[in-house]
Amino acid sequence: MSDKIIVSATINGDPTDILVSSRDSLLEALRERAGVLGVKEGCNDGNCGACSVLLDGRLVNSCLVMAAEVEGSDVTTVEGLAEADHLHPLQQAFLEDAALQCGICTPGFLVAAKALLDENPSPSEHEIRYWLAGNLCRCTGYDKIVRAVQHAAETLQTTS
Amino acid sequence: MQDLRYAKVSTVDDAVAALQAGGSTARVLAGGTDVIVQARARTRAIDMLIDIKGIDEVLQVAFDADGGLTIGAAAPCYRIYGDADVREHYPALIDCSTLIGGTGVQGRASLGGNLCNSSPSGDSIPAMIVLEGRAEIAGPNGRRTVPVEDFCTGPGRNVLEPGELLVSIHFPAPAPNSGAAFLRFIPRNEMDIAVVNAATQLRFDGDTVSWARVSLGATAPTPLFVTAAGEALVGAALSDETIAAAAAASKAAASPIDDMRGSIKQRKHLSAVYTQRTIAIAAERARG
Ligand SMILES: Cc1cc2nc3c(=O)[nH]c(=O)nc-3n(C[C@H](O)[C@H](O)[C@H](O)COP(=O)(O)OP(=O)(O)OC[C@H]3O[C@@H](n4cnc5c(N)ncnc54)[C@H](O)[C@@H]3O)c2cc1C
Ligand code: FES
Ligand code: FES
Repeated sequence: MSDKIIVSATINGDPTDILVSSRDSLLEALRERAGVLGVKEGCNDGNCGACSVLLDGRLVNSCLVMAAEVEGSDVTTVEGLAEADHLHPLQQAFLEDAALQCGICTPGFLVAAKALLDENPSPSEHEIRYWLAGNLCRCTGYDKIVRAVQHAAETLQTTS
Repeated sequence: MQDLRYAKVSTVDDAVAALQAGGSTARVLAGGTDVIVQARARTRAIDMLIDIKGIDEVLQVAFDADGGLTIGAAAPCYRIYGDADVREHYPALIDCSTLIGGTGVQGRASLGGNLCNSSPSGDSIPAMIVLEGRAEIAGPNGRRTVPVEDFCTGPGRNVLEPGELLVSIHFPAPAPNSGAAFLRFIPRNEMDIAVVNAATQLRFDGDTVSWARVSLGATAPTPLFVTAAGEALVGAALSDETIAAAAAASKAAASPIDDMRGSIKQRKHLSAVYTQRTIAIAAERARG
């Protein structure tokens, strides 16, 4: 048996009540119940990072979080990065530096990279690669992603 | 996912009661990085998750220069490697907590979950063994403690009885002139399951090794506490001979299997190599 539960959480800044099943993962609740489609499903077992979200500011794989666990929490997906019509510097850098091809991994990389830059505003290349090791990309070969993160870090430092 | 209920508890007593009520198909939920995958895989019948992260005691990371370190069973890796006292006094715990999964996994995965999952390759277990970790367990009959080296009883099996949960793991304060290190071998740089892992803790009295503990993982049905390797080091200064004797003892203790990650021969060899390497790092750290 599974239960129906109402989960109250702040999703991308908006206080939201979602009706979920007790068996839903946070990933399923976001995509299928709350209509937040930026978060992607790749492997559904913690290995690819496509489902990366920030849970109370901390990077997690939403496929490995139960929806019921986020009661009272703050959830940020890629939809929460841009401000009004202004892309986040990471999004801008990914576009300018062609850090994506098919794009399925991109929302996860953006969220993971945001978590990195929140904690470490000027990471080394090694720190970027290490931090992003849980995010897989089958298209780009990673180098352009790493460069885009470095680029965004520079932009953020000069504008802040 | 199949049917699955969820309950959050805020006291250890409530957790014990919920585990008893839930029976053999109820599981503790700590960081969920093993148990949610298992619940989804249908290979194990799990119909109830009991979230213990509402209990303060299981989330603590508390150090005291006399008493030592207590790590709550559900404290996630990022809080362990983010803790200044752990960084200063227990670098072997940094070695393992920074390489369990990627950053997203480390946001959730706990050392308690790693121990209770009882995989032979669990990366935190050899470090906890050489650091003399003691598992504090709560259950229907009260509390008991079990040394970490006695906790796992087989792949995925451990000493926890029905209704019991792991509350915390306690480590004594590090002795003067001591050092410890953990390493694992994987074919890539990160995000893989250990082919072999190992940990060593050493204490020196002048140049003489006065005390030593060595542990190996992924080389037997459970992580191993290799007492013969420690004994090979004690009573003399570190030398090529004593290190070779310890490495030989590890190799002899390892009884690995052949699988897709490595062969018996390779794992035996790596048991010796990783024993040597962790001895070297532990000695360096002891000399500070
Ligand atoms: C992508 C990925 C990469 C990984 N990489 C590694 C790695 O490099 N090295 C490694 O060792 N592991 C790795 N793991 C496995 C896993 O992350 C670790 O074993 C982790 O430490 C489990 O902790 P958890 O808090 O998530 O446990 P959970 O999944 O919450 O629990 C694990 C098991 O222990 C039980 N349990 C948990 N806490 C308690 C308690 N307090 N009392 C009683 N029972 C309890 C649960 O019921 C469950 O059976 C990886 C997993 C994923 C998904
Ligand atoms: S879908 Fe969550 S890590 Fe792949
Ligand atoms: S752009 Fe296709 S997987 Fe990364």
